[in-house]
Amino acid sequence: MMKQLSQRLLGPVTLALLTLTFWLGMWVTPPDKVQGDLVRLVYVHPAIAWVALYVSFGTATIASALYLWKRTRSMVMDRVAHCAMEVSVVFIILTLITGSIWGRPTWGVWWAWDARLTSTAILGVLAVGYLALRRANDDPSLRARRSAVFAILSAINVPIIHFSVLWWKTLHQGATVFTANRTLLIHGIMAWTLLISFIAFTLLFFWLLRARYRLEVSRDQSRSVALATSLEMRRREGAI
Amino acid sequence: MIRIAWLVAVKDLRIEARSRVLLWQVLPFGAMALLLSGLALGPTHAGHSTAGPGLFYLVTLFVALLMINRSQGIERTPGTRASVATLGLDPAGVFLGKTLALAIELWVSGVVLLCGAVLVLHTALHGALLALPSIIVTLGAMAAAGTLYGALTSGGEGAATLLPVLTLPAFAPLLISGERSFSAALNHGALWQWWVIVVVALVAYLGVGILLYGVLEES
Repeated sequence: MMKQLSQRLLGPVTLALLTLTFWLGMWVTPPDKVQGDLVRLVYVHPAIAWVALYVSFGTATIASALYLWKRTRSMVMDRVAHCAMEVSVVFIILTLITGSIWGRPTWGVWWAWDARLTSTAILGVLAVGYLALRRANDDPSLRARRSAVFAILSAINVPIIHFSVLWWKTLHQGATVFTANRTLLIHGIMAWTLLISFIAFTLLFFWLLRARYRLEVSRDQSRSVALATSLEMRRREGAI
Repeated sequence: MIRIAWLVAVKDLRIEARSRVLLWQVLPFGAMALLLSGLALGPTHAGHSTAGPGLFYLVTLFVALLMINRSQGIERTPGTRASVATLGLDPAGVFLGKTLALAIELWVSGVVLLCGAVLVLHTALHGALLALPSIIVTLGAMAAAGTLYGALTSGGEGAATLLPVLTLPAFAPLLISGERSFSAALNHGALWQWWVIVVVALVAYLGVGILLYGVLEES
C-alpha cells in the first residue's frame, strides 16, 4: 500500500519540486553581486551534475557490481544498470550544455580544455560506449557480464572528475557550496533553493529510472512472447 | 598463475613471430602514419620538435588498436576458447600472459616509432632516451587496458569499430600523461607527477584485469 502510494506520488512530487525550483530560482532569489542573473544557473547545473556523476552513474555501477557478485546476480540488476546508464547519458549531456551556457559569458568560450570539462566529456563517451557495447552482444548473459565490467571500469573516472579541480589548475571553480572545513558558503533563500533543486533532480532521476525500467521489462516480455509465437508457428509448419 | 602467464605470453609471441603481422603490416603502417603526420605539419623544424611527443603517442595509439584487435583475434580461432576452458587455465594468468605479450609487441613498436620520431620529426635524441622509461610504463598500462577492453569487445557485433570507442576514453589519461612526460623529458622539466598517473593506471588495470578477466571468459 505504502509502496504503491510512494510510486504514485513520485511523479507529481518531482514535478512540484521542479516547478518550485524554477519559481524560486527565477523570481524569488536575488541576483549575485558579481555574476548578476547568471548565478541562477547554480540552481540547475550543480544539481544536474550531481545526478549525472553520482546518482545515476553510481546506481549503474552498484547495480553492475551486484550483478557480478554471484549471490546477487540477477537480470534485475542488469536492467537497473542499463536503465540508470541511459538516464546518466541524458544528464551528462545536460551537465555539459548547462555548463557551456554558463561558460560562454563567464570565460568567453563555449568550451575550454579544462580538466573537469574534459573528464566529464570522457565520462559521457564512456556512458555512450556502454550502450554501444550492450547493442553489440545478443546473448543476454554475456551482454550483462561485459557491460557490468565496463561500467565498473568506467566508474574510475568519477573520482577523477570530482578531484580534478584540486589536482589540476582548472578554469572550473572548486567547491562552491561548502569550504574545505565544511562551512556553508551559500545562505538564506539561495541555499534553500539549491537544496530543493538537488532533491528535485534526484527525484526526477528515480522517476525516469522507474519509467525506463518498466519499459525494459515490457520489452523483454514482448520479446519472449514473440519468440514463443515464432517457435509455435515453426512447430505447426513442421506438423503440416 | 605466473607459469600460465608465461605460457600464454610465449604462445602469443610465437604466433606473432610466425605470422609476422607486426613486422610486415603494423610497423609499416605506423611508419607511414608518422611520416604523414610530419607532412601534415609542414617542414618547419621547430614545429616538428614540439609536436613530436604528441604525434608519437597518436601513432602509437593507432598501432596499439591494431595490436589489441590482433591479440584478441588469436583467441577467436576455432577451438581456442574451448581448449582454454577444458584445460582449466587460471583466467588471471591468461590475462597477465596476454598483457605481457601485447606489452612486448608495443615496446618493440614504441622503439621503432621513437627512432622514426627522431629521424622524421627531429625529436632530440637525448630527450627521447630520457623519455624511454616513461614510454615503457605508459605502453605497459596501454597493454593492460587494451587486453581488458579487447576481451570486452571480442566476438561482438562490430568489435573492430567498437574497440576504439571503448578504449579511447580509457587511453586518454595515459596518452596525456605520456605526452606530458615526454615533453618534460625534452624540456628537462619535472616528470614525476605524470609518472604517478601512469603507474596508478597500470596497477589499477592489472588489478581489475586479474579480478575480472575470468568473468569475461565465463561461458
